[in-house]
Formats: sequence, C-alpha cells, structure tokens
Amino acid sequence: MATRAYLVGALMFLIAAAAGPVLPDWVVSLATIAFANALVVLGLVVMWRAGLVSFGQALYYCVGAYTVALFARWTGFTDAIALVLLGGIAAGIVAVLVGFLLARYREIFFAMLSLALSMILYGVLVKTESLGSTDGFTVATPTILGFAPRGDALGRALYWLTLGVGAVCAVLIGAYFRSVAGALAAPIRDNEIRIEFLGVSASRIVHVKIFVAGVLGGLGGGLAALAIGHVDPNMAYWTTSGGFVFVTVLAGAGSIAAAFIGSLCFEAVRSFAVDAMPSLWQLTLGSALLLTILFLPDGLGSLLTRRRKSGEASS
Amino acid sequence: MSAILAVENLEKTFGSLVAARDINVSIPAEQTVGVIGANGAGKTTFINMITGHLTPTKGTIRFEDRDITGKPSREITRLGISRSFQVAQVFPTLTVFENMCIAAAIARCRGPFGVLTTPLRSPAAIAEAEATLELFQIGLYRHTPANTLPQGIRKLLDIGMAVVGWPRLLLLDEPTSGISIEEKFGLMSVVMTALKSRKITVLFVEHDMEIVEKFADRVLAFYDGTVIADGAPDKTLADPRVQELITGVKLRPKGATHA
Repeated sequence: MATRAYLVGALMFLIAAAAGPVLPDWVVSLATIAFANALVVLGLVVMWRAGLVSFGQALYYCVGAYTVALFARWTGFTDAIALVLLGGIAAGIVAVLVGFLLARYREIFFAMLSLALSMILYGVLVKTESLGSTDGFTVATPTILGFAPRGDALGRALYWLTLGVGAVCAVLIGAYFRSVAGALAAPIRDNEIRIEFLGVSASRIVHVKIFVAGVLGGLGGGLAALAIGHVDPNMAYWTTSGGFVFVTVLAGAGSIAAAFIGSLCFEAVRSFAVDAMPSLWQLTLGSALLLTILFLPDGLGSLLTRRRKSGEASS
Repeated sequence: MSAILAVENLEKTFGSLVAARDINVSIPAEQTVGVIGANGAGKTTFINMITGHLTPTKGTIRFEDRDITGKPSREITRLGISRSFQVAQVFPTLTVFENMCIAAAIARCRGPFGVLTTPLRSPAAIAEAEATLELFQIGLYRHTPANTLPQGIRKLLDIGMAVVGWPRLLLLDEPTSGISIEEKFGLMSVVMTALKSRKITVLFVEHDMEIVEKFADRVLAFYDGTVIADGAPDKTLADPRVQELITGVKLRPKGATHA
C-alpha cells in the first residue's frame, strides 16, 4: 500500500513538473502559491491527527517569509534554495522555543495560545517601521544555483523549486508518519496516560509535532515570499492562519497528497470566485467549505483513501 | 534468593494525611503477590509510588538493586516495571492490533531519538504484538476498535499492552474490577498463565478473596496506610486482624462458596 502511494505521488509530481513549461503563467504562479501553502497545511495535518488545531500557523509562515526576505536584504545573498532552507530552520527554532509552552496545552487552549503567539509577531512587525510596518517590503529577486532567471522563467524556476521542496517534504513526512513519533497521533488524542505508562512522554511527542509543523510552515512561508516577491505583516495575521485551517478541513488529514490537492483546489476556487463574483467570493468559499463538511467530513483526501480502502477489501 | 523489588520505610503524606507509612516489603523474582485492603488503606498509593506516579515522602524503593525512588514513571517503565489500570487504559479509536502494535513499537524505542527512528510496524514489533495477542487469547478481536470491546477483553488488552514490552515486574491495579463474577476466574487464569509463561513478578490489587486465594503465592494486607499482615494466602487471610479489618470474620466461614 505504501509503495503504491509512493508511485501515485511520484507520478503526480512528474506530471506537475512536466506540465510547467506548457501551463499558462497565471496557472504556474497560482500553483506555486498553492503548493507553498500546502506545506503549511501539511504541518497542520501533522498536528490535526493528534487532535491539535493550531490557529496560529501563520507565525511560522511569517517567520519563514521574513527570514528569507531579511537575509537576502542584509547579506545580498540570493540563492533561493538556501534562503528557503534558512526560512525553514528559523521557523523550526521558533517552533522549538514556543513548543516548550505550547506542548503543555491541548484543545481550545492550544488553538488560542498559538493564535496569540502569531498575533504577537503581527503586532511587532506592524510597529517596526524599519521593516515597512504594515506595508512590508520587497524581497530581492532570487537566483537558483547560480542562474538568475527573470520574468516568466523565474516564475517557472520557483514553481519547480516549490514542487521539489514539496516532494522532499512529502517523502520525509511519510517516513515520519510511519515512525513511532508520527504514529503517536490518534493515541495522543485518545489517551495520554497510557502513552506515559508505555514509557514515552506525550508532551515531548507533541513538541516534536510542533517543531515538524513549524519547519513546514517556515519552508512554505519562504517559498511564498520568493514567489510573491513581497512580505508584509499580514502573513502573520490570524486570517492567514484561518485560511490554512480552512484548507486543512477541505483537504482532510487522511493523506499527504490531500494537502497539496486541497491547497490547489482552494487557490483555484478562490481565484475563480474572485474573478466571477468580486464582492461575493467569500460566500463561494464558505459554501464550498460547508458542502465539504456535510458530504466529505474527512475532506477531499477521503476520496483517495476511501477508494484505496475499498480496493483493498475487494482484493 | 535476591529480591527483585525491595521497599524500605516507605511513607507518603499529603499534608497532615498519612496515606502510607512504614512499608517494608521485599519481593523475590517470579512471585505473585496479592495486595488486599479496604478502600483508602493505601494499596493504590503503594502501587503509584512504585510506578513513579507519586513521589514517596520518605523511604526507598529498589528494583533489581537499583534505587528508583522518585524517578518519573516513564523512566521506571523503561527499567522494566509495567502497570495496568483499574479502569482499562487503551486507545479507544484504534483497533486491538493497532493498540498492541503501538505498545510493542514504543517498547522497542531506544535512545533520545528512538521515537523518530523506530518504525511503528517493524516486522519485530508486529511479531511481538501478534504473540501477545495470542498469549492473552484476544487475537479474534484483532480488527475490533477498542471502544466497542466487551469489558473483559478490554482489560486483557490493557494488561497485554503492559506486558508486550517484556517487563520483569507488573503491577495490576484491580484487574477484575468491573468484570462479572462469572468471568472473573476465566480472566484471571488467562492473565496469570500468560504472566507465568513470561516469568513476570506480579503484584495485584484485588478485592475478591477467592481470587486472591487461588492466584497469589503471597498476600500483603494493607490497613491505614501500612502492611498489617504479609505471608502465604491461607495464613494471611486467617489472621484475626485481617479478618476483623478487611475481610470480615463471619461473612466468609471456611469452606463456604460464593452465593
């Protein structure tokens, strides 16, 4: 089953990568943002499975984005791959630090505390005039492995970079889900006492999940910063976090691929909705979410896993 | 014979309340010890101190000649002391096999990053889980979610999860609580046969004296936070103080069977 999931994932990745040159520019940029955001969603999925919902994932997204932007601005260093990795590392460090606090909380307290932490960052950034306050600032044009593509070529390069980072993360998270630390998700939601008496610290397992989700958030933020070419404090705002939670509900926590597909669907629906009904696009998105919850309570991803399960039952 | 567990002058107070005092017990390996006493006599406090859930106010606990007094429960579990619970503690949304497999995989984690580097479904963990399911005769329920299990099976799963990591000492807190009288003996013989086959030293808290008589090699009688009698089951249960304070004199005349 795992090998089949890998094959399907690899096939999807190859198709997406091969389609790069033939897709229209607007699709490429939409997909880049969607897959960058999908990394943040994947982080939410990691915590979601343990019954933890973070309404502050924008904290790591913003840390990743600002790290990329600031590092490029201060040092003049513009290699996209290294910058994105730095964004992930910086967000991972923040996640480890706030994890000492967050890992002790569950349920609504976890959600609200993570929200509060992201809003602190938002507040700080808004008040920091040297970083452009609410306007933010422009990110230097990145280079990739010594090449300096411009215009459409840069867009495609960033699209492939995002796909590559996404693929690596998908494989690593797959391995994580098969490890004891990753598998201890439903058990955390179910019964922490039992986990403790089996000889593992439940809060340490949660701390690891916060860290993993933080790194993913930072990578997503870093990629988004390069793709958009601009960072601003709204990246840490609670509506940004809410958007990620929205996509997680839409995608479901059942599979890794669902995070990417769900994020792509979300961006697509949003673009079309904004285009077709500029004043009513939130209504369209809200309806989409409502229909998902009513008819696919486990998200779009349940369409994939459901078919796989019925296939197993019949074979 | 050297003791696997040696407890000296153990005391636990909560403010002015003395929950346990002057407990001196030494248990040789592979012995099965029944712990009896009325509610509030200190049985569970005693168990909780051994498993690290409570830190003793005074005294020492030695396990395999190693001082474990006041160590956190996770560390004590890793050293080889496991426990089951009065109310079965399982993962309700997972199946019986998944429950057992998680317990087996956790027991295989070594070192600070063990949880990240140890796979959940390694062949060894699966084999260990399957063997333990067979040992406790719950293989039939392999694919049943734990929240739909009959009480007795859930108890067996709970104890099985404590045993899957090969502990040397197992503490059972009222293994038969919540089980009907008809099922109690069957459940206990499955459990005790399983534990004997793995050479596990057992301490079990029990209120049913017939169970204690049948399955214990030795009985510890608790009253008012301390041990008032310690010895072979027939001797301890015949002790006048035990009869007066715990079991009752007239209620169970010798030779009488359960109504």
